[in-house]
Amino acid sequence: MSLFYFVAFLSILFALLVIFAKNPVHSVLYLILTFFTFTIQYVLLNAQFLAIVNFIVYMGAIMVLFLFVIMLLNLNKDSEPIRSNFIKFAGVIAGGCLLVVIVAAVKALDKSQPVILRQGDLGLVKSLGKVLFNQFLLPFEVSSLLLFSAMVGAVLLATKDKQPSNA
Amino acid sequence: MEPLTSKRKVIESKPLNFLERAYLPAILSGLRITGKHFFRKSVTIRYPEQKREFSENFRGMHSLKRDEEGRERCTACGLCALSCPAEAITMIAAERQPGEEHLYREEKYAAVYEINMLRCIFCGLCEEACPKEAIYLDGDIVPSNYLRKDFIYGKDKLVEEPLNQ
Amino acid sequence: MELALIGFVGEKFILVGIIFGISLVVAMYSTYAERKVAAFFQDRVGPNRAGPLGILQPLADGAKMFMKEEIIPTRASSLLFIVGPSLAIMTACIGSAVIPWGQPVIIGSDYFDLQVADINVGVLYIFGVVSLGVYGVMIGGWASNNKYSLLGAIRAASQNISYEIAMGLSIIALLMVTGTLSLREIVEQQHGFWHHGYFTWNFFRQPLGFLLFIVCAFAETNRTPFDLPECETELVGGYHTEYSSMKLGFYLFSEYINMFVSSAVMSTLYFGGYNYPGMDYVNATLGGTWGPLVGVGVLFAKIVFFIFFFMWVRWTIPRFRYDQLMDLGWKILIPLAIANIVLTGLFSTFFK
Repeated sequence: MSLFYFVAFLSILFALLVIFAKNPVHSVLYLILTFFTFTIQYVLLNAQFLAIVNFIVYMGAIMVLFLFVIMLLNLNKDSEPIRSNFIKFAGVIAGGCLLVVIVAAVKALDKSQPVILRQGDLGLVKSLGKVLFNQFLLPFEVSSLLLFSAMVGAVLLATKDKQPSNA
Repeated sequence: MEPLTSKRKVIESKPLNFLERAYLPAILSGLRITGKHFFRKSVTIRYPEQKREFSENFRGMHSLKRDEEGRERCTACGLCALSCPAEAITMIAAERQPGEEHLYREEKYAAVYEINMLRCIFCGLCEEACPKEAIYLDGDIVPSNYLRKDFIYGKDKLVEEPLNQ
Repeated sequence: MELALIGFVGEKFILVGIIFGISLVVAMYSTYAERKVAAFFQDRVGPNRAGPLGILQPLADGAKMFMKEEIIPTRASSLLFIVGPSLAIMTACIGSAVIPWGQPVIIGSDYFDLQVADINVGVLYIFGVVSLGVYGVMIGGWASNNKYSLLGAIRAASQNISYEIAMGLSIIALLMVTGTLSLREIVEQQHGFWHHGYFTWNFFRQPLGFLLFIVCAFAETNRTPFDLPECETELVGGYHTEYSSMKLGFYLFSEYINMFVSSAVMSTLYFGGYNYPGMDYVNATLGGTWGPLVGVGVLFAKIVFFIFFFMWVRWTIPRFRYDQLMDLGWKILIPLAIANIVLTGLFSTFFK
């Protein structure tokens, strides 16, 4: 349990550092560390498959793309747009509202029961696969369709319109 | 247009067929070729221990020759320096003193004879110009060095070893 | 209980130490082998001065690397500049943790497992570690604050991501055959060489999958013909342009360790790992101690062969152009991998 609190502390610390880091590349690196702490949490929950998928997909692929784009953008102090006071003010109000809502929501809810795993091997590949492909087959396939449509959309946006060739 | 030369050749570039586009056959044949080379004998000569044989007309470091009695043949006539296209040769002549007949063949000899090996182009014109057959480029490759001054070879390095009798 | 746990942990630590040592030595001698093999392919002799046949050359290289001046460029991001190579070598080293090096060795009444961790997602673990490997290159390249380094890093990242997809898809087809993600079980399924009238090794069940996997392995380890991140003609030195001394050494070293690990993975997944024809007979003859060790030797022979193959290809095929690399990855390998999955599915549904 103490390990959980330590890792949770690390996740929050790195998440805060993501926000407070001046350099966008450092932000992304902290985000990677945050995801890594999530991976450790999954391992602690004995959800090895989720842990490793989180590791591969988020840390290995998505964050590499993030880093890739941000490195190419070459964001630094010179190119940072000047923010007006009005935007800062609006940001503070929006953030405050969010904080109020979260605090209210936490107060309204009862303290959640600590999760007790009824089956210890719930997170392993075999059981996960059985659940996914028997009980939740339809949602699984629908979500895959959703991702597919997103992919088609991205390709469609990326391809240039072919000029009508009038020779 | 009329071709300017009869050697012109129109290159046909056919589109690659499937096997050529599939990379793999080409890669395999490449691997076969390099694989063959793997077992071939290496052509390397391990230099300082082994030396490649020089050809007959190789021109290397100069040597100032001695005659049959071990006397220096050079008479410091300066024809070699004159013929040298790179102006690499300098010399100072001196008169032979009585009692030095066993050292120098002619009455005049080169007291200082220097060749700047950095200037020398090893053309062999000095060899051809010499009337006394005193200089030949029959030595080894000139060794490397760290300082430019060490490339100016004096008589200590150029003159043949005396005959030991 | 306590004592058993300590014994277990101690045994694992020793195993980890041995594997680290072996992979470092293999990587060290891979640098030597690379130069020797290159020389043989080009009808030359190769390094032959340090020790007999130049056998001490890696030590000389290492000493040189350590003695050289360490330069951190002024405009570089100093912490990340160090993190880059450390991450590269770390991710290269931890990949070997899940590879089963041999059958359990029995010494007296004790029983030593020659695998550091038999986690049931072993294949995915390796995959994750490989995908992490690109961070070392990216961070190092960005932290150098040099355009060429950045370009090299960007190239490495896009290349690795592109080929990871094809690699993952080729592994999926393999997993459909094996039905498990644990490397230990995959190796056990390939026991011996011939069983039920067919080869047991996965190479003979998944030839196309193996081909895709090995191409992707070349790309993931940044080996020729896919070594565009360090393409000298275009990028000076690529992502390690600004690096010097042992930090450069770590980058170069991690490439060789990666090569070692990916060779081990290839022999484990497709070529039966420590299995060889007639191993049951040999095990029965030599007993529980030496029999498995012969298997370890066989695995290492396979690994060495694959490392040699990496080098063979390096000195045969010239580097790809970048657009060709991307075309190959996205338009050829990924469709082929998907076709392979479909074919495997059809085959296992209708013929078994």
